[in-house]
Amino acid sequence: MSALDALRGWPPPVLDPAGPFAGPVTTVAWVLFAMGAVVLAIVLVATAAALFGPRRWRARLGGERLVWLGGFAFPVVVLTGLLIYGLTLTRDLSAPPAPGEVRVRVTGEMWWWRVGYLDARGGEAFQDANQIHIPPRAPVVLELEAADVIHSLWIPRLAGKLDMIPGRRNILRLQADRPGVYAAQCAEFCGGPHALMGLVVVAHEPRAYAAWQARQGRPATPLPSRGAEVFAAAGCGACHTVRGTAANGLAGPDLTHIGSRRTLGAGILPNHQGTLAAWVADSQALKPGNRMPAYPVLSGRDLRALAAYLEALK
Amino acid sequence: MRRWDGLCAGASAVILAAGLLAACADKGLPPRQLAGADPERGREIARRAACGACHDIPGVDWPKGRTGGSLAGFASRPLIAGRVPNQPQTLVRWLRDPSAIAPETGMPAVPLTTAEARDVAAFLYTLQ
Ligand code: HEC
Ligand SMILES: [Cu+2]
Repeated sequence: MSALDALRGWPPPVLDPAGPFAGPVTTVAWVLFAMGAVVLAIVLVATAAALFGPRRWRARLGGERLVWLGGFAFPVVVLTGLLIYGLTLTRDLSAPPAPGEVRVRVTGEMWWWRVGYLDARGGEAFQDANQIHIPPRAPVVLELEAADVIHSLWIPRLAGKLDMIPGRRNILRLQADRPGVYAAQCAEFCGGPHALMGLVVVAHEPRAYAAWQARQGRPATPLPSRGAEVFAAAGCGACHTVRGTAANGLAGPDLTHIGSRRTLGAGILPNHQGTLAAWVADSQALKPGNRMPAYPVLSGRDLRALAAYLEALK
Repeated sequence: MRRWDGLCAGASAVILAAGLLAACADKGLPPRQLAGADPERGREIARRAACGACHDIPGVDWPKGRTGGSLAGFASRPLIAGRVPNQPQTLVRWLRDPSAIAPETGMPAVPLTTAEARDVAAFLYTLQ
């Protein structure tokens, strides 16, 4: 399932929080909505009274006292209250990482996500892309950076939006109460195919998470194959890394375990041999303007061999 | 003048199309029935599997890839991929493993069960 599919449906994910860092955001949203509704009702009633009410009411409404109370004191009190309430609710969302917390560095690139899993000392243990794996029921610290322009990571069911700003590191905490797949989307226009810049967060049971981590940390061990030859000959390794092979490019997503990704093209397509072949042959038709060239030079056989090779990189 | 020309051309196109349709209906292509397959389910399966990554498929909004060509009018094509007779059983086999039928094809085996492939085939036969 692609991120686009996961964001469909009812209730909208933003109203359906699935963790303690998204819950407060939804609560604040509802409280603001309710306050807005109350204030709107008061204004409508006052307007109606001013237009159609008896002379005595209209005189009251036009008085200086009401302007000071309703136009100044009331907004100051209500907005200050809401601000304090909102800030206390969301205070813990961006505290710096504590020792022992799982740390993942997510870098926004035009138009995909570089994902580095950090070890205890903050060094990068291994890299992946376009999906974030987490253990459930534990807070995870995301360190958000940007490589080029401002992006924004929004995982509606797990956390609020937070911008990724070049030259800065913003901290976003998230936690999933249950294992599952949670969709995310870039929420700050970053040019070109910005709308096609998605991501999935996969929360695994602890055992499965450990297994995934061990597997993901290992280099790929591809057997010699036609697909591997095509990959080398087509120059894919200039932009992509496949750990354990000669491919060590950094301009595009790490492909060491591309076969185990759920999606392709930064969350937009399901991942199987068909979409892999489609992406390599003509990613420009699927995500116009993205930074990978189309390959109208591969034969049908080569394309299928390449797709099979990529899919086997589990 | 212009307008009339246009209208006439339009009208003759309609008549021609109607004639063609009638011709089809008359002589009839061999029936392409897949017992129990559901075209609507097939459309949703094709959407989810993103067959559109390579094909422009009427009824699937996005994506509209260019690698495999449009599937508009597939139901009235005599051949699958210009190679083998467009018959239901062949189509179901093609969808599950095209290279078994055409070793040079660029279309990889798409992960579909036989039941899913039958639904997708039924959907493809709705593309007039
Ligand atoms: C000029 C650099 C460049 C070259 C060369 C290149 N790619 Fe890419 N590739 C990228 C970029 C950048 C992306 C990310 C595109 C996006 O989603 O915006 C990408 C994405 C991908 C993805 C999808 C990854 C994901 O997780 O969504 C695959 C698969 C892929 N490339 C395979 C290949 C193959 C196979 C070749 C060789 C035939 C190749 N690439 C050549 C830059 C390149
Ligand atoms: Cu963006």
